[in-house]
Amino acid sequence: MTLFKLALRNLLGAGLRTWLNVVVLSFSFVVIIWMQGVLKGMNNQAVTSLVDAEYAGGQFWHENYDPYDPLSLQDAHGKLPDELKDLVEKEKATPVLIIQGTAYPEGRMTTLLIKGIDPDQKIISLPSFFLNEKTGEIPAVIGNRMSENTGLKAGDTVTLRWRDVNGTFDARDALIVQVMRTTVQSIDQGQIWIPLDKLRELSDMEEEATLLIVEKNILDPPQVNGWEFKSLDFLVKDITQLVKTKTSGSSIFYVILLLLAMLAIFDTQVLSLFRRKKEIGTLMAMGFTRAKIIGLFTIEGAMHAVLAALVAALYGIPFLIWFAKTGWPIPESMDSYGFALGEKIFPVYGAGLVVGTTLLILLVTTLVSYLPTRKIAKLKPTDALRGKIS
Amino acid sequence: MQNSALIKTQDLVKIYPVGWKELVALDHVSLEFQTGEFAGLVGPSGSGKTTLLNIVGSLDTPTKGDAVVMGKKISSLSHKQAAALRKKHIGFIFQTFNLLPVYNVYENVEISLLLLGLTHEERKKKVMQALEWVKLADRVKSRPAQLSGGQCQRVAIARAVVKEPAIILADEPTANLDAENSYNILETMVDLNKELDTTFIFATHDEKVIRYLRRKITLFDGRVTKDEQVTPQGKGENP
Repeated sequence: MTLFKLALRNLLGAGLRTWLNVVVLSFSFVVIIWMQGVLKGMNNQAVTSLVDAEYAGGQFWHENYDPYDPLSLQDAHGKLPDELKDLVEKEKATPVLIIQGTAYPEGRMTTLLIKGIDPDQKIISLPSFFLNEKTGEIPAVIGNRMSENTGLKAGDTVTLRWRDVNGTFDARDALIVQVMRTTVQSIDQGQIWIPLDKLRELSDMEEEATLLIVEKNILDPPQVNGWEFKSLDFLVKDITQLVKTKTSGSSIFYVILLLLAMLAIFDTQVLSLFRRKKEIGTLMAMGFTRAKIIGLFTIEGAMHAVLAALVAALYGIPFLIWFAKTGWPIPESMDSYGFALGEKIFPVYGAGLVVGTTLLILLVTTLVSYLPTRKIAKLKPTDALRGKIS
Repeated sequence: MQNSALIKTQDLVKIYPVGWKELVALDHVSLEFQTGEFAGLVGPSGSGKTTLLNIVGSLDTPTKGDAVVMGKKISSLSHKQAAALRKKHIGFIFQTFNLLPVYNVYENVEISLLLLGLTHEERKKKVMQALEWVKLADRVKSRPAQLSGGQCQRVAIARAVVKEPAIILADEPTANLDAENSYNILETMVDLNKELDTTFIFATHDEKVIRYLRRKITLFDGRVTKDEQVTPQGKGENP
């Protein structure tokens, strides 16, 4: 307690020197928490968007389906077995049929995936109800990215060409009934959504599907031959990995920031040892043991982090709360990151993040404060009293 | 070795390495000090005064021989034991005051008591009493930078006496003070010596200090050349 009291007195007595260090360190606190919060928010948003728009509670994949191999689509379809049909009938799942096709927007040719989905499904947030529109052509919904890439807008007609189950080419016009704004690229880029029944009819794949999306929080999905259940953990694995990679990349930034702050603390400690040699000697003469003096200097250094945490709380909490409410508008270029994000990132600051960051900085500061003080252990009281620099 | 001696040095030798050579700072010094003495180590610079004070104060260890302070052999004390001896029984007064610049007068005096396990109230009482002795009770909030040299040295004296140690070692306590302040300080120390029966040992070559001594030990080149009881003259009529 005595050492804490003395350390606090020394720190406050050092005035500007202390506050400069404290401000720099508090900046590290706020920036690290902010950056981690942004990444966590990014991860949460990406996963939530994917779950809402594409994965729901998980998917049953046809045994031949491989999303990374478009050529597998030719064989990745089959009739739904009774167990899965039962889920569909109970509105606990919705089937999706995927075939490869070509579109000819404005006379150009572009390959795409034609996806059939039940217009009345409520399992994912895709606005499939637009596919109920009665038109002479095939009603189709595309995403905003697809719209930008192809120049197609709502009300435009586009020629689609595909091969049916027998490999025979066929073509029809589709009417874009809606361009949906979505943050999820994987239901947008290079895809066109049409009614499931229509696609089954066009491709001659009656009652068939490529995958089946089940409702959220499904308990105990059935084991079905020829169909593999892919859990949510499996489906979001890539995005989680991607965020992890980006997190470690970004951590370099805050490691540098932390190092700069630690350099300031280290420098202050080293300077203190030189400038306060006489003080150390005086403390020794008064009966302070070397261990106590090392403790005093270490606590002094570590208390920078405590004061910094308080200062950081003073301006950081309002700033972080404001930021969490306002969000961070994402530049267009971020779309290419492969993240499903909204127009803004809303940081998420968990208690673990705040406490963890505080403890980390406190620990590192204490360590950095301690290292230079080890010199005291070798310091002779008489040399210290003379202010002798060794 | 007599048990009554508060401090006893026996053939004390201290040698410092200076480059390739050796400097003999103390050369077989044997002395005894009793409780309540007001003694001075007198001699020119380099005669070994400070070295002797440092060894007696357990800040340094002898090369040969030994010093026994309050029954403790200095050469066999660990760092911790030496610190404990200083904490409880020895007060230091330095030429350059060595006050902690960021602490006020009260805190500078209080720091001596912080390791003694006293309560806040006990500390406050002792600090205020010590500051009354040195007539600085009205400057408790002042920082060292706001005090004169004489006032700073009085704070240093208060810091040394506040724990009521058996021994106070003062190394050139008046060297940075003018005559008026020097005499004030010395009068204060004489009073404390009488009131608390504290043993004062000075290292000095200041005539003003020498006038107050009751025992004068002259050192030259690390040897005791004279050890005499003297009559203190105090400030006198015309110092």
